[in-house]
Amino acid sequence: MPESPIEAADVWKGFNGRDVLRGISFTVAKGETFVIMGGSGSGKTVCLRVLAGLLRPDRGRIRVFGTSIERLSEEELLPIRRRLGYVFQGAALFDSLTVHENVAYPLREHTDLAEGQIARRVEHCLSLVGLDPDVKTKLPGELSGGMRKRVGIARALAAEPEVMLFDEPTAGLDPTNSKIVAELIGQLATGTCDTSIVVTHDVELANAVADRIAVLVDGRFAAIGTPDELRKSTDPAVVAFFSGEAR
Amino acid sequence: MTSSSYLLRSLAWYGGVGLLVGQVARNLALPRRYTAVIIHEMEVMGVRSLGVALIAAVFTGMVLALQSGVNMQRFGAENYVGPLVALSMLRELGPVLTAILVGGKVASGITAELGSMLVTEQIDALRALGVNYIKRLVVPRVLAALVVFPLLTVLGDAIGLVGGAVIASAELGVDWYAYWNTTFYWVTPRDFLTGIGKSVFFGGLIAVVGCYNGLSSEGGTEGLGRATTSTVMHVALGVIVSDFFLTKLFLLLFW
Repeated sequence: MPESPIEAADVWKGFNGRDVLRGISFTVAKGETFVIMGGSGSGKTVCLRVLAGLLRPDRGRIRVFGTSIERLSEEELLPIRRRLGYVFQGAALFDSLTVHENVAYPLREHTDLAEGQIARRVEHCLSLVGLDPDVKTKLPGELSGGMRKRVGIARALAAEPEVMLFDEPTAGLDPTNSKIVAELIGQLATGTCDTSIVVTHDVELANAVADRIAVLVDGRFAAIGTPDELRKSTDPAVVAFFSGEAR
Repeated sequence: MTSSSYLLRSLAWYGGVGLLVGQVARNLALPRRYTAVIIHEMEVMGVRSLGVALIAAVFTGMVLALQSGVNMQRFGAENYVGPLVALSMLRELGPVLTAILVGGKVASGITAELGSMLVTEQIDALRALGVNYIKRLVVPRVLAALVVFPLLTVLGDAIGLVGGAVIASAELGVDWYAYWNTTFYWVTPRDFLTGIGKSVFFGGLIAVVGCYNGLSSEGGTEGLGRATTSTVMHVALGVIVSDFFLTKLFLLLFW
């Protein structure tokens, strides 16, 4: 059995004396789409940032592609991050660069591709997220929030990472584009980037793409299971979350 | 803020700047594709600051010649205005005024740019893409400043001396050729090189302080505004204080 690309064991993370993640443990298998759900402020984004090494956990162990990353330096993390694709909640586009330059950025940094090949790759990634090639010359400030989010996804996909990390990929998108993103995440499972971790509170998206869902409540996973298992769950925290009554 | 917390914050600031200097030193080897980034930064820092640097330098040379010449006329020593202006400009006023005027502008611009990248998660985006953000954002600016500030200082020195010569000739009646003859008689390469040595140090200080304050800004856009104005103060004080120690060092080494 291939090694799991992502493993987290008893991970804790806090800020200003308040614990946000309180001993979470999970494994994401190769080829799996793992969805983390939870209320606002439950620690979903913190969880994703810790997996990417953007935040260092206070305690616990995280293994990415078989390497423990919690004690690695910034330089040591770089080659691991190049195998990850991270989609930020706010897209985090480089605002002085055009859409083309944003999506081409990882290719220019990490590959020896000629500009012609880069241009074709950029167009391919933009088409995957349903964007017209006309947007290539626009700056991020000229785009709507939804378009910026999709450019962010295209940029993360450009270097063909092995694992994709999505932070609220459908937030701010209309139903049509949400469906495009959901279909894209589903299609990724058949290609090189076949493993995804999706942080969302969009139940429809979770049901559409997840192999397993983890529900984060008060910094801990209240439940981890397939969408069917969670629908049948009688755990009060899980029921409260899905019925919109979690406090 | 209590005095002890102020002291702790100041110490943390110096520590942070020191750590950043260490990171810059470890990441000096840049990929070839970053040459364009360095050139761009040189254009932003140098070319776009040329006007203010040269205007400041010419008027400094002129006022120095005027003030010193009027007083030296009392002793019949106005023919030595040239060396006095030259030694002052080359050793002190050229590098220090350039660093304070241009450095404040450049460093606060760097702080604003990097700080807004931090606030909008663009720094995290670079990290997530596996890009060494110290190599990409900080080192090119430091290398550009190490080249640009000495060049601006040389230009400023030259135009300051010319300004001084014009005033000495027009206002004090000093012969034009006598002005330059006495200047080149008394000024040595050591005088010029100590000024350039200072400007190299100031360039590095300006870039590092600007980058550190941008990368460490907290408190959203309001915090960024505070960081940007603090940078101007940090640069001015840093230049003035380090100028004393550099002067002492160069006098010990080369006098």
